[in-house]
Amino acid sequence: MAPNSIHWFRKGLRLHDNPALREAVQGAATVRCVYFLDPWFAGSSNVGVNRWRFLLQCLEDLDANLRKVNSRLFVIRGQPANVFPRLFKEWKISRLTFEYDSEPFGKERDAAIKKLAMEAGVEVIVKISHTLYDLDKIIELNGGQPPLTYKRFQTLISRLDPPEMPVETLSDTLMGSGITPISEDHGEKYGVPSLEELGFDTEGLPSAVWPGGETEALTRIERHLERKAWVANFERPRMNANSLLASPTGLSPYLRFGCLSCRLFYFKLTDLYRKVKKNSSPPLSLYGQLLWREFFYTAATNNPRFDKMEGNPICVRIPWDKNPEALAKWAEAKTGFPWIDAIMTQLRQEGWIHHLARHAVACFLSRGDLWISWEEGMKVFEELLLDADWSVNAGSWMWLSCSSFFQQFFHCYCPVGFGRRTDPNGDFIRRYLPILRGFPAKFIYDPWNAPESVQTAAKCIIGVHYPKPMVHHAEASRLNIERMKQIYQQLSRYRGLGMRQVTCMLNVKTFPPLACITRRKEIDEKVVGSEKASHLCFTGKISVHCPAHRKREQSTSQLAEANL
Amino acid sequence: DHNGQCEITGQQDGGTLELEKEQQACKKVRKQMSEELEAEGSGESPDCDWSLLPQELLLHIFQHLPLLDRAYASQVCRGWNEAFHMPELWRCFEFELNQPASSYLKATHPDLIKQIIKRHSNHLQYVSFKVDSSTESAEAACDILSQLVNCSLKTLGLISTARPSFMEVPKSHFISALTVVFVNSKSLSSLKIDDTPVDDPSLKVLVANNSDTLKLLKMSSCPHVSPAGILCVADQCHGLRELALNYHLLSDDLLLALSSEKHVHLEHLRIDVVSENPGQHFHTIKKSSWDAMVRHSPTFNLVMYFFLYEDEFGPFFNDEIPITHLYFGRSVSKEVLGRVGLHCPRLVELVVCANGLRPLDEELIRIAKRCTQLSAIGLGECEVTCSAFVEFVKMCGRRLSQLSIMEEVLIPDHKYSLDEIHWEVSKHLGRVWFPDMMPTW
Repeated sequence: MAPNSIHWFRKGLRLHDNPALREAVQGAATVRCVYFLDPWFAGSSNVGVNRWRFLLQCLEDLDANLRKVNSRLFVIRGQPANVFPRLFKEWKISRLTFEYDSEPFGKERDAAIKKLAMEAGVEVIVKISHTLYDLDKIIELNGGQPPLTYKRFQTLISRLDPPEMPVETLSDTLMGSGITPISEDHGEKYGVPSLEELGFDTEGLPSAVWPGGETEALTRIERHLERKAWVANFERPRMNANSLLASPTGLSPYLRFGCLSCRLFYFKLTDLYRKVKKNSSPPLSLYGQLLWREFFYTAATNNPRFDKMEGNPICVRIPWDKNPEALAKWAEAKTGFPWIDAIMTQLRQEGWIHHLARHAVACFLSRGDLWISWEEGMKVFEELLLDADWSVNAGSWMWLSCSSFFQQFFHCYCPVGFGRRTDPNGDFIRRYLPILRGFPAKFIYDPWNAPESVQTAAKCIIGVHYPKPMVHHAEASRLNIERMKQIYQQLSRYRGLGMRQVTCMLNVKTFPPLACITRRKEIDEKVVGSEKASHLCFTGKISVHCPAHRKREQSTSQLAEANL
Repeated sequence: DHNGQCEITGQQDGGTLELEKEQQACKKVRKQMSEELEAEGSGESPDCDWSLLPQELLLHIFQHLPLLDRAYASQVCRGWNEAFHMPELWRCFEFELNQPASSYLKATHPDLIKQIIKRHSNHLQYVSFKVDSSTESAEAACDILSQLVNCSLKTLGLISTARPSFMEVPKSHFISALTVVFVNSKSLSSLKIDDTPVDDPSLKVLVANNSDTLKLLKMSSCPHVSPAGILCVADQCHGLRELALNYHLLSDDLLLALSSEKHVHLEHLRIDVVSENPGQHFHTIKKSSWDAMVRHSPTFNLVMYFFLYEDEFGPFFNDEIPITHLYFGRSVSKEVLGRVGLHCPRLVELVVCANGLRPLDEELIRIAKRCTQLSAIGLGECEVTCSAFVEFVKMCGRRLSQLSIMEEVLIPDHKYSLDEIHWEVSKHLGRVWFPDMMPTW
């Protein structure tokens, strides 16, 4: 009996290179592609209007492309666990397919759905296509732990077989005799909602700088490759003022939502390289963008607390400051540092910023100036940044805040100098902060230093029309470098006050792995209530956090009283 | 004996000492148990009676336990409860003072603090206070300090883990709390009071009571102290071996005082040079003063952290200066780096946060040639051509134990591409080396 299939879209919002979708249509009698939307979250969720719009555009595009093969997208309001049982019955489903989701909560959700499906007698087929490799294989190759340095990661994947080739796009031929039963009221029941229907006020909303969808993605990749071929030697293009602006060849949001297959991108890059360089082995650096993404997915897949500091075995516990006012100024582009504010404005308006711009604002928020937790920054990016998914966003924030991955902390991005060196004329600032347009290049990065006459001529008095700088950068960086040194000093087990023992700034990476520590004497002493220090194991093995210690976070007043 | 947290003044790691103690204690238990065996007169081995564990062993075990585990153990029986309160276990303590509104970390429980003050204040010798950015936490630290009247502290550390909240405490409150410690302790050896409102008069009190014992003083960014105030410390505390302060407190007189005959060899001098306002003028230190320092303390570390605007470096690096560890926290010009190569022969570690968009080829090569002790270098937002970089590494060779270069620093040229350079560098270093990377996504 030919099965009735459901293909469940989550990421992987595309018809090209979609092996799970292919499985759905293979010999099927009926095929329905579903996407679950929980609109109740639209208002309260930490997802901004640009991300919602991008997603809706992806869904519209999917629907349009499915129509070309006589099918449609079914957008279903509600949660999968609640709705699937009904759908299985109503549509007499016997096969469910979806693309593998490597993130911990995705795995949990999918395990639950698999169970439901099994109970309903539904065959479940899962295929890997959101990542280049099977991440579990990388972890296995590394002795059961994900690599914590990018170099190690590169070494491991060079030992694996190359990624699988992209599979063919869904077509009439592939559909075969399978059909999609579509009702008269499909639009009402299962149509893609609009932003307004989700509760957004779209009046005055500028058009999307990054339009969502597979069609757009495929156009972009061709443009991207054309441009790459122009760049001789495939060298990384030098950073200039133009790089800061959204590019029509940018691909990161499309990779995140799965409008563009990473495997397709990989193979197209390889083909182009071989053609241009007449050389059969491209260097790993060619795939930089894809491999970083892969690296963070691998690091996160078995760590449900990857996005937290507490209880995260790979994250250093840093005594970040809780400061909602300061955080708000950063998030709302009111820091008084034009470079930072322009970047945050671009982020909020368009949903994308250059990766060096990300470094600048992440450093400013955390270890550079404000000393605010990277988790807060991560949440703001989650809301505003189109390509920020859970693994990559959390991983990058930990990296940029020197909370993990052995990142050296000496390098601090100056909120004045870094911008000035990138875009000396300040055009980026003028574009996103029109209030500062009148300032000459000399003062546009530090307008508070401009003499009154200049400020008056620019029709912008600092402190009145544009905020004063919220920190004194030299003082803040002095303090924070000292804080980071203290923390890394603690990690090196030296607990005294002496300075000669830890004179060096460059943090020494050779900490002994936890397994070698047999005497508990060397375990950090922590005061009442706090967990044992998360030990960073610098040979790449993550120390397993002792579960017994979680239990011990009981009230210690009982103990204190008992001892009186 | 020590508890992982404490600094050991004088002797090094007490490992062998402890092993001996352990062995002695074990012998004691074995003896006790065999005596018991004989007494019982049968071949049966007695059940392990934990209450027979002698105090020394208990102490030893408790010292290995974190405080929370010790607290649990202390609830087992009266004997172990007594052990929990043994003075040796309360030599070191780190008070963590955090408010939920300003910190994610937990604080030392107030009941525990009360208990320590009541029962153990005269046992405390090595104490530190870690406070978050709230004034409340800093004030709580001062309150505790004020109550440590019976304390004879050897080490005191006031550490702000975020913003410098001790500066928000009313100055008089802070000074009086600190004075309690200075007057009562009389044998203070290490004192860490960075970012606090300590002033000249309180330093005088410190000196009056602890001049014989003071070995370490860390007081960067203490704006109420004047050069005269710190000079008083150098003049009287002849055992001072480690000192950290801001550049405005540094004077020729201070360096000469530290090099006087009566003074021990200085081991570590850390100086922070911070610009308050752009175009700030900094005084100069005479070469002769530095020379005196080197003559007196030939192996001392001179650590300098610069947080200046590019055009404020005029007074620096015009003469030979015995810097060993140099950190530029902001952008520093090519020209200044050239002067560093000329005038810093003792340089061991160099870290440059940022420079600009012109390659530092010549400057690096000069540093390789003239800074023969250089073993660690870190480059942030700079540019160096690959060829020059390879040349630099070749000249330094294997003495470079730390080479931390951001990937973007290296500019490929006709000789080397980015992919080739790490092999060349690894070859000359004698180990596998890669530049530092930042995620791009």
